[in-house]
Amino acid sequence: MTEPVLETRNITRRFGALMASDSISIELWPGEIHAVIGPNGAGKSTLIEQICGGLKPDAGQVRLLGRDVTRQSTAARARAGLGRTFQISALAMEDTVLQNAILGALGASGRPWGIWRPVLKDRGLRARAEEALHRVGLEDLTAKHCADLSHGQRRQLEVAVALTLRPKAFIMDEPMAGLGAEGSKRLTGFLDGLREEAPILLVEHDMDAVFALADRISVLVYGRIIATGTVDEIRANAEVREAYLGEGA
Amino acid sequence: MIPERHVNAALLVGLVAVPMWALAADEPYTITLATRAVILALAAVGLNIALGIGGLVSLGHAAFFGIGGYAMGILAFHAQTFTPLDFGAFSVAGTKSMPVIWLAALVLSALAALVIGLLSLRTSGVYFIMITLAFGQMFYYFTISWSTYGGEDGMSIYVRNSFPGLDTLVPVQFFGICLILLCLVLFLNARLVRSRFGLALNAARQVSVRVETVGLDPTRLKLLAFVISGAVTGLAGALFADLNRFVSPAMFSWQFSGEIMVLVILGGVGRIFGPVVGAVVFVTLEHVLGGLTDFWHIYLGVILLLIVLFAQGGIIGLLCGRRVHHD
Repeated sequence: MTEPVLETRNITRRFGALMASDSISIELWPGEIHAVIGPNGAGKSTLIEQICGGLKPDAGQVRLLGRDVTRQSTAARARAGLGRTFQISALAMEDTVLQNAILGALGASGRPWGIWRPVLKDRGLRARAEEALHRVGLEDLTAKHCADLSHGQRRQLEVAVALTLRPKAFIMDEPMAGLGAEGSKRLTGFLDGLREEAPILLVEHDMDAVFALADRISVLVYGRIIATGTVDEIRANAEVREAYLGEGA
Repeated sequence: MIPERHVNAALLVGLVAVPMWALAADEPYTITLATRAVILALAAVGLNIALGIGGLVSLGHAAFFGIGGYAMGILAFHAQTFTPLDFGAFSVAGTKSMPVIWLAALVLSALAALVIGLLSLRTSGVYFIMITLAFGQMFYYFTISWSTYGGEDGMSIYVRNSFPGLDTLVPVQFFGICLILLCLVLFLNARLVRSRFGLALNAARQVSVRVETVGLDPTRLKLLAFVISGAVTGLAGALFADLNRFVSPAMFSWQFSGEIMVLVILGGVGRIFGPVVGAVVFVTLEHVLGGLTDFWHIYLGVILLLIVLFAQGGIIGLLCGRRVHHD
């Protein structure tokens, strides 16, 4: 492939005097996990919102599979192949685990308008949802209401909903947040295998996970990418050590 | 806690049994009351599709109720005066046939809901409430000045419209028509809730952003819900006009929008039979308390306050507990 799956070209976004995104260019190539790290307030969430369509950049381009999607809606980008997980779980809390996963399958099918046939009896949608739930290990909780899930289980469900979309690229916003050591390790193992299906743009605070998973790391500070490179390059980078990793790294 | 379907079944049995008793005891007024409850229930079932599943707090549903009412009034007026309904380029004859009137009510209120929804759904929250309210009031003031059809005084239809094979002037027969329509709509509503659209709409109410992230457009989902909702309330309007054999701008009043919202909240927002419970309780209170005092709304207000404060699932929530989802 001569073009990255997902790419931002010099995207820039200001909030008043604050430069939240300062000409950010990031590429996500097939088979890789590209981690974006940076201190709080560095502009990671703003970057993700611009990639996923919640915010429009003031300048620059977002490209998905070689197409300019900068002006497209969130929904259009999802249909074009973007699978996102949220930092704070965005799930239908009154619904069951299965219903949430089926929503993903329904979105992927692009046909939400049926008002007659029961959706839970639709074999195709159900199979797709159950497969995704099985992969994240929620197959025994399908009938449980989301509101009754533990925090970790909600994180798993977030990933499962993204899986039902069978996206061309995953955007994961702190998938490890709030997981215990055990849960973190399990999810790390899972994401490790997932990169072969679709590359992952991983925004994460958990450095163990980032160093274990990332093929490349970009470091975002004050809205600017100050370095991009392999794990070893980033570890060795003096500017990064000073700006972010601190004395502990 | 009682299973919800038992409450629903008891309600339907009651809705059949009470008019049957009234028929045997020769109490036609009770049948009229029951008919009123069924029609108000239908209007509220319509609102519940937008409000309960879609989360759309519409304070303008009187618009659709009134459109249904005037669809009936205008068609029947031209039929009883033997004048054609003139649209300039073409004209149509009036009709006294209920099925035709219902179709007109459904189509016209759905169209109105499409237009109102397209504009209102650009906003949310308080603005959505205000815009829907404003549309309702627009229709209200328009009909007040629409002198062709009675203006402020409204107009009377002298003979109830007809339904093939039935004598609609017999109260219990007209009641039967209304109850069957209500049951039909409740059945469709139950199908809708479990359908693809129902799942997506339900999610759009809870987490709009999630729905977008899976590639669906929450605004379009809500728009369809609003159109279906408006059409059902419009159908109820046509029946209500036929019950009273009278239509007036009062059908468009914002008080009516508030009243059917009270029915939904009283019975249980988002519960399929919630509006039915609400309407039955409302009409019963109206009759019983209304017989004792002119100020019966105060007592209704207290009951509503208690429900909102202590039983947010409405009466059905009180009886059946938390909403159960069906697999």
